[in-house]
Amino acid sequence: MAEPMGFYTDTTVCIGCKACEVACKEWNQLPSTNGGVNTLSGDSYDNTRKLDGIHWRHVKFIEQFTEDRKDGRWLLMSDVCKHCVNAPCLEVCPTGAIVRTEFDTVVIQSDACNGCRDCISACPFGVIDMNPASGLAQKCTLCYDRLQVGMEPACSKACPTDSIQFGTIKDLRVRAEQRVAKLHETGEKRAYLYGADEKMLGGLNSFYLLVDKPEVYGLPPDPKMPTRNLASASWFSVLGAVLVGLMGIINFRNRGARAEREEERS
Amino acid sequence: MNAVPSSTFFSAPPDWGWLIVLYFFFGGLAGGCYFFAVLIDLFGRPEDRPLARLGYYIAFPCLLISGFLLTIDLTRPERFWHMLIQSHTFLPMFKPWSPMSLGSWALLIFGLFSFLSFIGALVEDHHIKWSPGLKLRPPEGLGILVSIIGGLFGFYVAGYTGVLLAVTNRPIWSDTPLLGMLFVVSAASTSAALMILLARRSGWTMPGILALDRTGVAIEVLEFLVLVALMISLGPVARAWLNVWGLLLFFGVIVLGMLIPLALYWRRDWLGDRNVTTSAALILVGGFLLRLVIVFSAEGI
Repeated sequence: MAEPMGFYTDTTVCIGCKACEVACKEWNQLPSTNGGVNTLSGDSYDNTRKLDGIHWRHVKFIEQFTEDRKDGRWLLMSDVCKHCVNAPCLEVCPTGAIVRTEFDTVVIQSDACNGCRDCISACPFGVIDMNPASGLAQKCTLCYDRLQVGMEPACSKACPTDSIQFGTIKDLRVRAEQRVAKLHETGEKRAYLYGADEKMLGGLNSFYLLVDKPEVYGLPPDPKMPTRNLASASWFSVLGAVLVGLMGIINFRNRGARAEREEERS
Repeated sequence: MNAVPSSTFFSAPPDWGWLIVLYFFFGGLAGGCYFFAVLIDLFGRPEDRPLARLGYYIAFPCLLISGFLLTIDLTRPERFWHMLIQSHTFLPMFKPWSPMSLGSWALLIFGLFSFLSFIGALVEDHHIKWSPGLKLRPPEGLGILVSIIGGLFGFYVAGYTGVLLAVTNRPIWSDTPLLGMLFVVSAASTSAALMILLARRSGWTMPGILALDRTGVAIEVLEFLVLVALMISLGPVARAWLNVWGLLLFFGVIVLGMLIPLALYWRRDWLGDRNVTTSAALILVGGFLLRLVIVFSAEGI
């Protein structure tokens, strides 16, 4: 297996140019409009709104302004699939369509997916959605086809500020930690890494440098594996079945005597 | 997005809609009716056997409907077999930790057993002339085996859907471990109601109907308690029901589908002859609305 590869996204140097979105769409031949409909969101400079089956990269524009708009700042973040080390989508996929590659990335095999959409509900980040053209669940592949021939993913290649950096996870973590230390030195004490260590889903192979709470960026503060509920939900279901079974057995075994009493009553 | 009650609020809805609601309802009826049919076969009197056959007659068609609904809900229905067979290797596709994978196998196996019981019931009712088919009916050894295995898988089919919802990252669904239990209990209550309704419609008066009625009432009380426990277990996430879905849950599921049927049981004189059938019909409506609320309220977040 090749060394684990991924993205480190430094949101503090993103300028919201959307070159990553365009490069992603061009390389992966994703449509620019959804079924021919080109809608304007009216939501800041963001017209693609979210990650989905035809938007595998999405630049978020978060406006933090005072009411009188005399003070404020923009938070910009290029979002993408996190390629989780413990991937919830891969865990639940019933067809085996979602696989882990030799680069430790997570890829949906289009020829195996049947569109059950279980992965969509399992992803804690809301990354996966249906591609209306193919009728399949789709998301960023971390340019698996480019990686196989030694090329860099299209989005990081196109990023003009190096907000999106591609490399081995080991190198990226070192770079990210140095950047956080530098920001702290220069007074930006709010800087921290989201998903860079193993605590979050075993580690996110696409992790972020943020300067505000994860919720502000539309990221879950505490994403979890879907199977966290498997044992408890199963045992409670068994308990329900046992209770129903007992109720049935008690009522049917006593049926004779009680039926006579009922008849007498009526 | 700030100050959300759970990290589940950042996931995306899978667009599971009416087909899935209907599947949950019919799947529950299939498993529940089969369970009651087995119960009557094993613990009932000989005069209750038509009631057991009624259960098998409901279970198999409901299961066929379930399979159809699930298949057409896939965006690529022609690939439904990928749930069972790996499309690349043609080896069995089996992920025991994925409720959808395990559920697909359970549906297949329950389909086989409910079909056998269906055939057995048809033979016993002389709709099919095939005397070996009588071996599929208890008290024959093979019949007992078929019934018990089928009954276990029936329960699984009735309840795994709730576990499937819990094993996601969607709000409400994955914020409580009690959905599977609620679905099992609700499947039993709606199944008892449907069997009573159809038995009364056929003019049957065997004592098993009374036992089924009493069982249904006890299960209805349990279902109410489980639903209350589920709401408590949701904690602050329960605020997601402060909308039209919450109203439907309260008036449609709790009042119409649980409290009124229970009141009708305790006050037998309210509607006279129609007391039992009205109560059964309301339980069925409530069971359907329960699944509707659970699915759509989370889909809308």
